[in-house]
Amino acid sequence: MIDNISWLSIYPEIVLLVMGCVIALVDLGIKSPRRTGTYVLTMLTLAVVAVMQGMYAASGNTFYGWGNMVVSDAMGNWLKCFATIAVMVTLVYGRPYAADRDMLRGGEFFTLSIFALLGMFIMISGNNFLLLYLGLELLTLSSYALVALRRDHATSTEAAMKYFVLGAMASGFLLYGISMIYGATGSLDIGEVFKAINSGQLKHQVLVFGLVFVVAGLAFKLGVVPFHMWVPDVYQGAPTAITALIGGAPKLAAFAMVMRVLVDGLLPLAIDWQQMLMVLAVGSLLVGNLAAIMQTNLKRMLAYSTISQMGFVLLGLLSGVVDGNVNPASVESAYSSAMFYVVTYVLTTLASFGVILLLSREGFESEEISDLAGLNQRSPLYAGVMAACLFSMAGIPPLVGFYAKLSVLQALVASGQALYIGLAVFAVIMSLVGAFYYLRVVKVMYFDKPLTATTVSAPFDVRAVLTVNGALVLLLGIFPGALMSLCADAIVRSLAS
Amino acid sequence: MGLLSLAIWTPIAFGVLLLALGREGQVRTVRWLALIGAVLGLLVTLPLIAGFDTSTANMQFVEKTLWIERFNIHYHLGLDGLSFWFVPLTAFITVIVVLASWTNITERVNQYMGAFLILSGLMVGVFCALDGLLFYVFFEATLIPMYLIIGIWGGPNKIYAAFKFFLYTLMGSLLTLVALIYLYNQSGGSFDIQTWHKLPLSGTAQTLIFFAFFAAFAVKVPMFPVHTWLPDVHVEAPTGGSAVLAAIMLKLGAYGFLRFSLPIAPDAAREWAWLMIALSLIAVIYVGMVALVQTDMKKLVAYSSVAHMGFVTLGFFIFNDLGVAGGIVQMIAHGFVSGAMFLCIGVLYDRVHSRDIAAYGGVVNTMPKFAAFALLFAMANSGLPATAGFVGEWMVILASVKFDFWVGLGAATALIFGASYNLWMYKRVYLGPVANDHVKELKDINCREFLILGVLAVAVLYMGIYPKPFTDVMDVSVAQLLQHVAQSKLP
Repeated sequence: MIDNISWLSIYPEIVLLVMGCVIALVDLGIKSPRRTGTYVLTMLTLAVVAVMQGMYAASGNTFYGWGNMVVSDAMGNWLKCFATIAVMVTLVYGRPYAADRDMLRGGEFFTLSIFALLGMFIMISGNNFLLLYLGLELLTLSSYALVALRRDHATSTEAAMKYFVLGAMASGFLLYGISMIYGATGSLDIGEVFKAINSGQLKHQVLVFGLVFVVAGLAFKLGVVPFHMWVPDVYQGAPTAITALIGGAPKLAAFAMVMRVLVDGLLPLAIDWQQMLMVLAVGSLLVGNLAAIMQTNLKRMLAYSTISQMGFVLLGLLSGVVDGNVNPASVESAYSSAMFYVVTYVLTTLASFGVILLLSREGFESEEISDLAGLNQRSPLYAGVMAACLFSMAGIPPLVGFYAKLSVLQALVASGQALYIGLAVFAVIMSLVGAFYYLRVVKVMYFDKPLTATTVSAPFDVRAVLTVNGALVLLLGIFPGALMSLCADAIVRSLAS
Repeated sequence: MGLLSLAIWTPIAFGVLLLALGREGQVRTVRWLALIGAVLGLLVTLPLIAGFDTSTANMQFVEKTLWIERFNIHYHLGLDGLSFWFVPLTAFITVIVVLASWTNITERVNQYMGAFLILSGLMVGVFCALDGLLFYVFFEATLIPMYLIIGIWGGPNKIYAAFKFFLYTLMGSLLTLVALIYLYNQSGGSFDIQTWHKLPLSGTAQTLIFFAFFAAFAVKVPMFPVHTWLPDVHVEAPTGGSAVLAAIMLKLGAYGFLRFSLPIAPDAAREWAWLMIALSLIAVIYVGMVALVQTDMKKLVAYSSVAHMGFVTLGFFIFNDLGVAGGIVQMIAHGFVSGAMFLCIGVLYDRVHSRDIAAYGGVVNTMPKFAAFALLFAMANSGLPATAGFVGEWMVILASVKFDFWVGLGAATALIFGASYNLWMYKRVYLGPVANDHVKELKDINCREFLILGVLAVAVLYMGIYPKPFTDVMDVSVAQLLQHVAQSKLP
């Protein structure tokens, strides 16, 4: 049962685990207050892992290891590769911020990030309900600790508490749902569960009951309405570097987990979970967009905007199966549109948090929208990057966010169902509401007078990465074809196996 | 790279270059670079004029390459008689605007010029695009530079105006996006506009599509009752912004009717023509009357723009060749005339810093050269024969009389209102005794301003006296369009 392939399928995870421990030990001997050694070692590790995952992904092979416990497929490998890069980018942005706030007294910022990433990896490639659950817990436990990293900071501690309590409840939901599905099907293996349900011999009621809890648990983790209460508080309360960390890469993992659980495992119940996702999506679009308008705190506004963006992802996910018929073409276009949406969303979010982190200096938190006032006069480059992100999130072409929205809407309209077309129109109207608050931030950056005349300076690495990140938001908008095809191809290969 | 690509990307490349330049101390370089970019953009369109074949309705200068494979979206450009003149017109107005903003923009010049050049390239792209999604991308992308132009360099209430502009136009175009996606699915996975023209569609589908497109294009034109954003935006926008908005951007909407609404949903277009005609007549008559009572010069010209654009949509929806051609001629003429009107207001505003009609009086005494130009443009704006303003209006009125006497009569009243508000404004601003010390100290226009207004005056007169080159280009395409619209596409 344990053969070479088994090892092959978890090499990146092993590297992360071993290096996470090694870095924690090495860090004990490092005295530099900025933790340069730890930082370099972490970045090297992540770079190696990213390259490994990229190679796995490019090969396009699918294989199962450890008796079907883990799967290595194109979708998972690409998502892992992107998640690794996202964490690297976050660390580059976050290190000056963390250093200024005495968050680097120990190396936890780096080691916990590595373990969070390991959790994401397990979520992405787990092929067993229990393994997925373990990955999720590893991610969230690391996140709780990271949010509380500033021990003497009251709001961070409060945010960590909220996060922990609500997160624990969500885990309970999920576990309860999983146990019910296990009870009905007699297996925790995703493939076995699929087969058991597809046979049509099981009691529908028990399954749906379990499904409700599973969806609720996943919705908590995705942060969609009505399970969104923790998102604004945690986004606002956490140190911004950590907000960037939990607002970025984990979305990729959550998407993968939803794919594994709902599509790979519970697809025969699609009619049931589609209705649930529809309610969640409509609620998220409505509440996320309307609540974001009223925010004056930038991080809080981005939190609500995340909720609405996740609503869009759900719209993509729910449009795959029409009337219970699994049509390969529509499945592919729906799930690949959702994947494209998540990937571009993470790209955009990282850049916007990068700019916020850059402005938060020397004990000054740049959190209010008004703190961005006149950024264009202080630094046209960073104002441009931020504006590109905001216009992208609002879905204005030629920025990448437009194509994300386009592909989701296309998946909805292609179903030909009047209900889905209605959903598309609703989503479009909500985008208009969203455009208002994104524009308001652009307004503050470009039209208002700056509060200080100081130009924004940044270390070379931050400057370079942020420029590339911002440029990608525009370039992928002008040439979105490659990334779109990559997502479609990954979904096709993963579903075919 | 084809000619059309050059026409689109030359100004954009220069715009990006300007944005990348530093700010202070290089203002001269920035201005000259902007001018070079704009002039190059105009020069690129000259071979288009020379090479355009007026005997065919086919697309010319076609460029087609696959752009986004997954959705079968092409980078597909081409020009026909309907779109042809707008490409050189856009490039021309860009040069004028760069010159007109030469000294009155002192803050962040590189961003201002950069935004204008990028905007110019994007608008050319709208007129050239033959792929539905490419059209949409260009159409929407114009919002970003225009939003910034209004918001950064605008008047005291600029933020309200910038938001109103962005959200109004975005609201319209988002619904259009759903229609585009619907057409894409109906046509079996194609964003090609010409394919859509041949697509059979049921009555309900056509009606829905027609109104989805209406949402975008009517707001942009703007038609009554969604015109209210235009006066607000004009009042707050800087001179160059107003000029580009009136001269080119409003045409994007009217052009959309020609390229999308009429040929894709002809049955719905015919069925709802009464509504379009009614709204157009309201724009012509009612908004013309509204213009009469304005006390702000920019508002007056803004309302007159709405009234003139009413002529355009009126011409389109009476479905005869004179009307459609008249509508297009009116679009081009309005590009010259309204651009010139706003630039004239800009000249006065630069000196007195007021757009209030009451703040002026007797300007002709201190600025005789300028007053002569202003008179010409005011006349053209009211449709005096031998000026550009006359040709299009006359064609549309003739066509509407042929269509229905009462519609024609309604349209013709515009000439009366037009003459009234233009002449009355001219009288109050320019004639009579010198009103106050500000006017007494006015200096007449300098060489640069003379050049700008002179070139526009020549264009206005040339088009008024000899409009043949303009109409020749569109005749075949208009005939083909009408033939197409006459055929039912119901399955």
